[in-house]
Amino acid sequence: MVTVRKYGAGQAVRRTEDKRFVTGHGRYSDDINVGRQAHGFVLRSPHAHAKLGKIDTKKALKAPGVVLILTGADLAADKIGSLPCLAPINNKDGSTCALPPYPVLATDKVRFVGDAVAFIVAETVAEARDAAELVEIDYDTLPSVSDCAEAGKPGAPQLFADVKNNMCADWELGDKAKTDAAFAKAHHITKRDLINNRVIVASMEPRGMTGMYEPAEDRFTLYTGSQGVHSVRGVMAGNVFDVPTNRMRVVTNDVGGGFGMKAVPYREQALVLWAAKRLHRPVKWISERSDAMLSDTHGRDHATHAEMAFDKGGKILGLRVHGIANMGAYLSCWGPCIPTEPAGAMHAAVYSIQNLHITFKVMFTNTTPIEAYRGAGRPEAAYVVERMVEAGAHELGMSPADLRRKNFIPPASFPHKTVTGLTYDSGNYEINMDQALKAADWAGFEARRREAAKRGKARGIGMAYYIEICGTGGSEMAEVRIDSSGAVTLMVGTQSNGQGHETAYAQVLSERLGIPFESITLLQGDTNSVIYGSGTGGSRSLQTAGPAINMAADKVIAKAKKIAAHMLEAAEADITFGDGTFTIAGTDKKVSFDDVRARAFQAGRLPVEVEPGLNETAIFKQTSFTFPNGCHISEVEIDPDTGKLDVVAYTIVDDFGRVVNPMLVEGQVHGGLGQGLGQALLEGVSYDSDGQLLTGSFMDYCMPRADNLPSFSFRYNEVPSPANPLGVKGCGEAGCVGGPPSVMNAAVDALRPYGVQHLDMPVTPQRIWRAIHGTKRKAAE
Amino acid sequence: MPAVSMTVNGKKVSADVEPRTLLVHYLREHLGLTGTHVGCDTSQCGACVVHIDGESVKSCTVLAAQAEGAKVMTIEGLADGDKLHPMQEAFREHHALQCGFCTPGMVMSAIDLVKQNKNPSEKEIREWLSGNLCRCTGYHNIVKAIAAAAQTMRS
Repeated sequence: MVTVRKYGAGQAVRRTEDKRFVTGHGRYSDDINVGRQAHGFVLRSPHAHAKLGKIDTKKALKAPGVVLILTGADLAADKIGSLPCLAPINNKDGSTCALPPYPVLATDKVRFVGDAVAFIVAETVAEARDAAELVEIDYDTLPSVSDCAEAGKPGAPQLFADVKNNMCADWELGDKAKTDAAFAKAHHITKRDLINNRVIVASMEPRGMTGMYEPAEDRFTLYTGSQGVHSVRGVMAGNVFDVPTNRMRVVTNDVGGGFGMKAVPYREQALVLWAAKRLHRPVKWISERSDAMLSDTHGRDHATHAEMAFDKGGKILGLRVHGIANMGAYLSCWGPCIPTEPAGAMHAAVYSIQNLHITFKVMFTNTTPIEAYRGAGRPEAAYVVERMVEAGAHELGMSPADLRRKNFIPPASFPHKTVTGLTYDSGNYEINMDQALKAADWAGFEARRREAAKRGKARGIGMAYYIEICGTGGSEMAEVRIDSSGAVTLMVGTQSNGQGHETAYAQVLSERLGIPFESITLLQGDTNSVIYGSGTGGSRSLQTAGPAINMAADKVIAKAKKIAAHMLEAAEADITFGDGTFTIAGTDKKVSFDDVRARAFQAGRLPVEVEPGLNETAIFKQTSFTFPNGCHISEVEIDPDTGKLDVVAYTIVDDFGRVVNPMLVEGQVHGGLGQGLGQALLEGVSYDSDGQLLTGSFMDYCMPRADNLPSFSFRYNEVPSPANPLGVKGCGEAGCVGGPPSVMNAAVDALRPYGVQHLDMPVTPQRIWRAIHGTKRKAAE
Repeated sequence: MPAVSMTVNGKKVSADVEPRTLLVHYLREHLGLTGTHVGCDTSQCGACVVHIDGESVKSCTVLAAQAEGAKVMTIEGLADGDKLHPMQEAFREHHALQCGFCTPGMVMSAIDLVKQNKNPSEKEIREWLSGNLCRCTGYHNIVKAIAAAAQTMRS
C-alpha cells in the first residue's frame, strides 16, 4: 500500500515562508541596513534622445551630506565595464546581431527618458535627491523614435552611429518557399495586424540593493533582489569590475516579485558597488516607483502581421508571421532572444502546422530597454496563433473548438517534432479542451448571450489553447547538508520570488529521504554558500531543481546504506531503504535514518572506507524541455453605451505534468492570469511624440485591481513529462500565455454583432466604444 | 527637529524627527518595523497600510507628526504571541500571498473592511481592495481569504 504523506508530493501543503510574510518579518531589499551606509540617487535623463555635453557637479558636490558624484566621464578611469547582452542572436544572413554597448552611466548620448546620467551619493536619500537638483547638464536634444514600426523607416532618428536603420537583428525561421507554396493552394487566408502592447512589469517590491567593498581583500558584496545570484555575480565580476567571482559575493533575501524583470543585472547594482569601492563605505540604492517605471525593464512591444492559410475543411496549411520587436534603447541581458530563440519556434503551437515562415525585425528605439516578462516570447507567439485560429474559424463558419480539434497534434505522436525544430514532450490537448468546453458550458452560451442582450449587454465567448516551452535556463544544482544534530539544509541555485520554493522543495526532499518536512531549511540566494545555479525564470525551478534534489538525496541514501549495513552487520546489497528506515531485506532488522545520521558523524565507529558526514551535491543536467499547455475559455460582457468590459466567467484546464503542490500551482495560474488579463484589458505603456513616458506612475499606468478581475475556475490533468524524472512541467507563466488571446477572442466575439472583426490590447472602454461607434451597426436592433 | 510621541503596537514611543518625515519612514527607519512596505510614491499601492486609532490608513500619506498621540498598529503588532490574527491565518490557509510584499497592507486593510462590514460579499471585498495592489495572486485567493476570515471573526 502506498502511504500518502501529509507533506509529500501531491499535497497542498501550506507554505513555510508565510509565517514570516504574514507577520511582517520578510526581509526585502529595503529592509537590509548596514552600518555607515550612504545612500545613492540616480539622476536620469529628462530627454528621450540628446547629445550629452558638459556635466557640472561643482555646486552639487558642496551640497549638505554629499560624499560622491559619479558620471559617465569617470567610467574609463575606473575601468568600469558595460552591461553585456548574454543572448546575441544571428541575422538571417548568418552574421551576429548588433551589440552596441550598454554603459553603466550614459557617456556620449542619452537614449531614453530615464537613461542614467549621474549617481549622487549622500548621507541620506533626501540629501542625495536635493543635490541632484544642483547638477548642471548640457543636453543637445535630438529627434527621437519610440514606436518599433517607425524606427526602421527612412529618416527615422538613429540611436547608434554604427547600427544601420536602428536594426539590431533581421531574424528568420522556417521555410519561405514551402510556406508560399502552401498558401498558393489555400481555400482561405486569414490576415491580421496584431499589436502586443508594451507593459511595465511593476513587481510590488521595487528594485533595491546595497553594495559593500573591503579594500584589503579587493572584495565586493552585493545585497540585491534578483531571480538568481549567480548570473548577477557573473556580470558584476566578469563584465563590470573584472575581478574573480570569488571576490564578488551576491546575496538575495526575500524578493517581492520579479517576473523576468529581476532576472537581469542592472546599472544600479554596478553603481552601488562602484561607489562603495570609491568611498570604502556601504552604499544603498532603493528604487522609487517613478524610477521603476522608467528604469525597470519593460515587456512585450511587438507589431506583427500574420497570415494563416486554411483548406476547405479548416485544416491549417501554413502560417506567416512578420514581426517587429522593440528592444528599447539598449540591449538588456536577454533582450534579442525574447521574440526569437526559442520562443519564435513556439508559433508552431499545438497544431500539426507543416509550413511556417517567421521573420522578426528587432529594433532599437528611444525607450526603456525591453526584457523577459512572464512568458518571455511565448505569450507573444501564443497570442498571434490563437487570435488567428479563432478569427479563421469564424471566417470559415466553423466553431473554434472544431477547428482546433481538426488541427491538434494527436496524443499518439508524442514526442512530437515541430517543423520549427522543437520536440514536444507529452500532451493530450483534446481532453483538456473538452473538459474546458463542458466546465464553461460552451454549448449553452447562445442562451446566455440572448439573456445578456435583454439587459442591454453584449456578451462574448472566446477560447485559447496555449502551449509554452519551459526549462530552457540550463542545469540546476542541489546540495543536501545534514549536520551532526540532524538539521537538514537544502541548498538550491534557483531563487524564489514568491513562488513557494521553501515549501515545494522541502516536500520533494522529505518524501525522498523520509525525513520530517519541518526539519528542512532551504538556503538560496548566496553565492558564498550555493556553488552553482541558473536562477529562476522560464518556469524552470521545480523541473530542474526537483530532480537535482532527488539526485542529491539518492547520494545521501547510498552513503547511509553503507553505514546502515555496517550498523546492522549485513551486506550493503541486502539493505533496503523506505519510509525513513534502513532494513535488511526479508528481515525485521532495521535502523532509522536518524540513527544512521548520528553514526555518520562518529568517525571512529564507521567502516574505514566511509568518509564521515552526510553532505551531498548533485547537478541535474537539463537535456530537453517541457511543454505545459491548456485550454482557457473567457466569457465577457460589454456595456455598449460605455464600452466597459467585465470578465464574467473564466475557465482553465491545464496540463502541468505531475503536480507536487496543487495549491502553489493554482496560485501561479491565478497570478499569471492577473498579469495576462491586465495586459489585455488595462495595461499599456504610452510615450508621447517626444518620447516622454506618459504612464510613469500608478496613477497613469492601469494596474489590474481586485475589482477588474473575476474569480477563476481551474482544474488540471496530469500528463507526466518524460523530460525530467519528476514528470513535472513548468506552471509559472502559463496563465500569462493563455489569458490575453482567450479574453481578446471573447471581446471580439461580443462585438461581432456590431461588425467588429478585430480589437487590439489593451481593450479599454474607450477602444471598445470607438470600435462599436466607429463601425456600422449590424446588430439586430 | 520636532518631537513626536505615539503608541505603536501597544508600546509608547517618541523621537525627534525632521518635519517632512512620513509615518511609514518613522515606523521603518526609526522603529525598525520593516513589515510596513513602500511600494509606490503616489498612494496607490497600499503596501504601507497601518491602523491609526483602529482605522486603516496609508502610512505613506501621513506625516509622523500627524500621528502625534495616536495609537498605531502595524502588521508586527497583530499576532498574539505565536497565535496569528484570524486574517493572517486565513491568508496563510488560503494561499492569499506569494511574494508577500503587498501582504501586510492587504491584511491591515482587510481587517478594517471586516470591522466595518462583518459579512462582505465578493463584490464588496473586491471593491474595498481597489486601494491595495497585488501583482502575484490575481486577487482570487485574497478575496477567498478575506471572506473566510470574516466568517471566523463573526463566530
